[in-house]
Amino acid sequence: MMHKLLSIQPMLRVTGANHRYGAIDALRDVSLEVYPGEVFGIVGESGSGKSTLLRMLNLQEVPDQGKYTIDYPDIPGCDLFSLDRLERQEIRTRHIGIVYQNPHLGLRMHNTSSGNIASRLLIAGERSFGKLRDAARTSLSASDFPLDRMDELPARLSGGMQQRVQLAKAIALRPCLLLLDEPTSGLDLSVQARVLDTLKKLQRETRMTMVLVSHDLGVIRTLADRVMVMKKGEVIESGLTDQILQDPQDPYTQELVYAKL
Amino acid sequence: MKCPSPAVGERGGLQVTLTLTGQEDRIKVFDQGADESVNAANLRRFIARMTGCSTTTDTTQATILQSRHRIPEEMLRDDQILVLQVPDPEPLRSVEFDTSRAQEMHAFKDYGLMWLKLYEQLVRYGSFIQGASYPVMVHKRYVMSPSPIPRWDTPKLNQSAHLTILCAGREKRIYAIPPWTDVEPLEFSDRFFHVEDHSEWVCRLSGVRHKFMNEIPLADGTSGFELSDTGYLSKALKSGSDPAQSAGACYFDADGHFHQPGFLKFEEGDARKE
Repeated sequence: MMHKLLSIQPMLRVTGANHRYGAIDALRDVSLEVYPGEVFGIVGESGSGKSTLLRMLNLQEVPDQGKYTIDYPDIPGCDLFSLDRLERQEIRTRHIGIVYQNPHLGLRMHNTSSGNIASRLLIAGERSFGKLRDAARTSLSASDFPLDRMDELPARLSGGMQQRVQLAKAIALRPCLLLLDEPTSGLDLSVQARVLDTLKKLQRETRMTMVLVSHDLGVIRTLADRVMVMKKGEVIESGLTDQILQDPQDPYTQELVYAKL
Repeated sequence: MKCPSPAVGERGGLQVTLTLTGQEDRIKVFDQGADESVNAANLRRFIARMTGCSTTTDTTQATILQSRHRIPEEMLRDDQILVLQVPDPEPLRSVEFDTSRAQEMHAFKDYGLMWLKLYEQLVRYGSFIQGASYPVMVHKRYVMSPSPIPRWDTPKLNQSAHLTILCAGREKRIYAIPPWTDVEPLEFSDRFFHVEDHSEWVCRLSGVRHKFMNEIPLADGTSGFELSDTGYLSKALKSGSDPAQSAGACYFDADGHFHQPGFLKFEEGDARKE
């Protein structure tokens, strides 16, 4: 994999991101590069800044300092952090998908599951009912959701099913970047395994670039090609997943890897 | 002077009408299409006493029409003003509870979620079931709620000759549709807006069809239909079942066709297709 990575341009690049919430340094000089088709993991304990970073990658928030570019035909190579709110929303809708740990953040609970997927296309301007139905079916099957339940409210679905609806919604417009914020935390282990299978299958079939935030090293090991370790808003170690997890250099990473109940 | 209507409604429309009306005006006030309902009668008497204007129940004779729930069946002209009492002026409220976020959506023309509401109706009920407040796109830019009127009356706002002023008293919000403005009910490119299908209903008093009807419970336990627009009904009764003799031209003709051909679209295979 390494030789391949060296020969191609990163698809996503963040340089020198700094951000403060009051007296707290949420991000301290964070830089990262993610390559096309790669799954990039971010690990760290609560408060390490990984969720803040993900919100910035999703353009929900802009850091005090830093640059963010995505190399994609439709998006000019400009700094996405410098765009105004409307432009950022536009890019978020069309090119970035996100799955949250908490389905209430990602789904409209009072709309049907298929309606949740339709909403994504509607915001992007689709006005054909037939196409909305087709798109809902396509994305829901891609996330292994049973189609006979597509018109049920997410509130009536199990946690695993809700995550599948979120995933279907996130990929409905075939984004160039899929962000996963603890996508399987809070699910029981067997369900977690099946949702991870779906994510792996999706990655294999679409070669979609993914950024995965998790505190669960098992999930990172299963999905991520490379991983970055964060602590108190700083990047303390990064590299190939196997390398980092088998031979952690930093004492903090060692602690994370060997911390087991 | 005590306000002749309860504190919850009508005040918005009343304020606008009182502002506009002068001695030379002739006003028509109707509620649910009826001139003789308690609210309508009270407001009409009050407005006449306050402004010295004259009153009428004839749509074609009025200079200012204040309404709740209906637009008359007879077409309004460019010298008439329609005032609508609005219970809920914000069309985005049903999809976005946060008012400031809703304002932002208007500013960005970010209206996709309004179609989500229609999508859900099609998925759950197979058709658009929204009875009133059917959202419209005004001048290809603003989504507006024509709040109290039924679907039947919504297309009448498109390219209309008259000025429409809508006012919500509680929200202190006033808005208007200038004459000759595009007002298009939201619809999908493959599933269209339809007015209520009253084509099989016949007014039991006048024999008129293809107008907006009220369903009336009858003494024998069944129900019958009556014209909702009582001003139009009285004209129809005067001239037998052919109201065309005494009434002006209507938005929907005697066969139920809308006066702007092609504005209301029908899916392939729909029997109502013209």
